[in-house]
Amino acid sequence: MKLVYFAWLRERIGLPEETIDPPPGVATVAELVAWLQTRGPGYAAAFARPEAVRAAINQTHVKPDATLAPGDEVALFPPVTGG
Amino acid sequence: MAVRVQLEDFDPGAELARLTDGDHSVGAAVSFVGLVRDLAEGDRLIAMTLEHYPAMTQAELERIEAEARARWPLTDCLIVHRFGRLTPGARIVLVITASGHRQAAFEACAFLMDWLKTKAPFWKLEETASTRRWVEAKATDDDAAGRW
Repeated sequence: MKLVYFAWLRERIGLPEETIDPPPGVATVAELVAWLQTRGPGYAAAFARPEAVRAAINQTHVKPDATLAPGDEVALFPPVTGG
Repeated sequence: MAVRVQLEDFDPGAELARLTDGDHSVGAAVSFVGLVRDLAEGDRLIAMTLEHYPAMTQAELERIEAEARARWPLTDCLIVHRFGRLTPGARIVLVITASGHRQAAFEACAFLMDWLKTKAPFWKLEETASTRRWVEAKATDDDAAGRW
């Protein structure tokens, strides 16, 4: 699945996007964030406060318990600040 | 009914005229313009850069607009939101709502701004002489959106 990152999440991870294959057991957005934290220091810094992370799947806002499907585009970002 | 996400500046007067000219069912048009202020937490702002999620921004703003049209009897509606590097005084966002009467136009305009603030996928980066800082979302914006 494709992951896209925005704002300071992107800066801490060091990538705007990547394609990943999550391990079995990673079925929801919350589980994805917990797994991403383990991938390196940039990821750990980005996801240090999971409650500050918001998500969209295929360009629609979702809650942390939303389930993932292969081929999804999952965006992870801080709370939005437009307007 | 229209939503535009763009780099370029917009002309609020021209947009208002375009929305209301020729449609004589409109009795009330309400417009809101959001601007870049020159202060960022007490420091002088040099620039504000708006990052956005291109694949999602248009669709999300259209969803928010559709919600307003479902709740209020609007004859027309326009949202224009800029992205990119903006300097103090620059226009960021325009919302215009038009209806037969003023209550729907006022309420829908306030609703659109409250929902846009909590849902539209933009992130603001402030530059001052000494720092660059990602703006933090405010609990008061969540509260405002929640009242609708």
